Amino acid sequence: MANNADTKVRERNKRYNKYVKAVTPSSAFIKSLFNAFWVGGLTCTIGQLFGDIYRLIFPDLGEKFIVNLSSITLITIAILFTGLGFYDAIGRKGGAGSFLPITGFANAMASASMEFKTEGLILGTSVKLFSVVGPVIVNGVVWSSVVALIYYFAMGVIG
Amino acid sequence: MSTVNTIYRSKSQEKIGFQTNKKINPNKKIAQQNSQLLVFDCPPHIIGRMSIVGKKESQGPFGKYFAKVEQDDKLGEKTFEFGEAKMLENAIIGAVSDAGLNISDIDLMIAGDLLNQITSSSYVARDLNIPYFGMYSACSTMTECLTIASSLLSAGHFKNIVCATASHFATAERTYRYPLEYGCQKPPYAQWTVTGAGSSVLSTEGEGPVITKALVGKVVDFGTNDLNNMGAAMAPAAADSLLTLFAQTETEPKDYDLIVTGDLGKLGSDILRDLMREQGFELGKNYIDCGASIFSLDQNCYQGGSGSACSASVFNSFILSKMKEGVYNKVAYFATGALMSSTSCYQGETIPCISHGVIIENNGDDLCYWKN
Repeated sequence: MANNADTKVRERNKRYNKYVKAVTPSSAFIKSLFNAFWVGGLTCTIGQLFGDIYRLIFPDLGEKFIVNLSSITLITIAILFTGLGFYDAIGRKGGAGSFLPITGFANAMASASMEFKTEGLILGTSVKLFSVVGPVIVNGVVWSSVVALIYYFAMGVIG
Repeated sequence: MSTVNTIYRSKSQEKIGFQTNKKINPNKKIAQQNSQLLVFDCPPHIIGRMSIVGKKESQGPFGKYFAKVEQDDKLGEKTFEFGEAKMLENAIIGAVSDAGLNISDIDLMIAGDLLNQITSSSYVARDLNIPYFGMYSACSTMTECLTIASSLLSAGHFKNIVCATASHFATAERTYRYPLEYGCQKPPYAQWTVTGAGSSVLSTEGEGPVITKALVGKVVDFGTNDLNNMGAAMAPAAADSLLTLFAQTETEPKDYDLIVTGDLGKLGSDILRDLMREQGFELGKNYIDCGASIFSLDQNCYQGGSGSACSASVFNSFILSKMKEGVYNKVAYFATGALMSSTSCYQGETIPCISHGVIIENNGDDLCYWKN
């Protein structure tokens, strides 16, 4: 679809886009950073709090188990908040601070499953469950493979 | 300026040649080449109207003008999509009864919405069981419907036509963006899809303001490709149509009591003002944008409202009631639509936009050649 081939049109578009960029308000950088910082920080602090509480209650459990348990708690809370309909408000405020922690991933999956439930269990929920988080999983697998390969060869050279 | 063709259209049945110059005389009912302007011999009356909005819209500046406010986003239906269709159906039934007619008196329904394959409108047409044209022109659907309806009525093909459109925040989010409960940040230049529906009943007879002219827009693309910045994408289309209107009718902004654009939002309407100023037209206090004014500043709707119901609900409430009161006598209503899909945008294509417009007047001349 090679439209607007004309140079004159291209010039006009370039000028217009430059103008649009100048007049379009951008996100308040410092404010966004600050919000992301405290929302993300608070989420992680709450996670740590759960870990510490579990450690007090079940002193016999291993460190790994405690970590998993606090993650599960955070996920459950995030899904509960999504279902009750106020996680999106947190997300709007927190930005990266709300979607980088594990809670963001839980919210993305839960919101997709809720959204597409109306199309049935198979074609709706099952098919669309990973529609938002798909890229996270794909990139997670791809980049961890790349890092693993680099690590393997680097170790081979060094060791 | 050669005479290209002759037609027999005037009341006195005299031969009128038409010429290929850009400027046309709006008082002479002649069809011309290269003219995007339609001048209706038998301007149809807007005899009935109905506007339905959601709760959020009702808390905005136009709140008290809307005929009905739906507190439940799903209207008691199973899904948001069914809710949208129900809202559209209620709007149509409301407008028809406002006109003092029954559904069986309606000869044609022209409607559209924002869902894929305009399903809401088609389901409503199925349930109402009346002849139906489905329209898709994104957010300019209402003016496209009004243009087509006016042409058909003016030509004498039908007597009563109902035009309607609906949009819904929840269904539009799913069609164009993310799941509803997904917590993501929107940039400050985004817009909020209006939940609502608007419907007008047009008739060759009756009381009410008339649609005297319509302007068929061209697709304008200035090369923007940000799905969130609809205002900047659509402003050139609105400018193109408005400039064509001013050129072809030899008018200027102050000749209209009100110039209304659809859903450019605050940013888009500022850009439109700039574009018009560059061409030597100053849009003054008689210019409003439905998107920029439907929500108040404290409602957290970024640049304002969008969606096909945005201008349709404001037109069928605020504007038509002010026309009835006589505050406005000549209104230029130019809704703007962004004709992209999320697929086309992800594939790197820019956003094509269009703006159709209609001129509504309280006192239009009726030079109908087929009416007795």
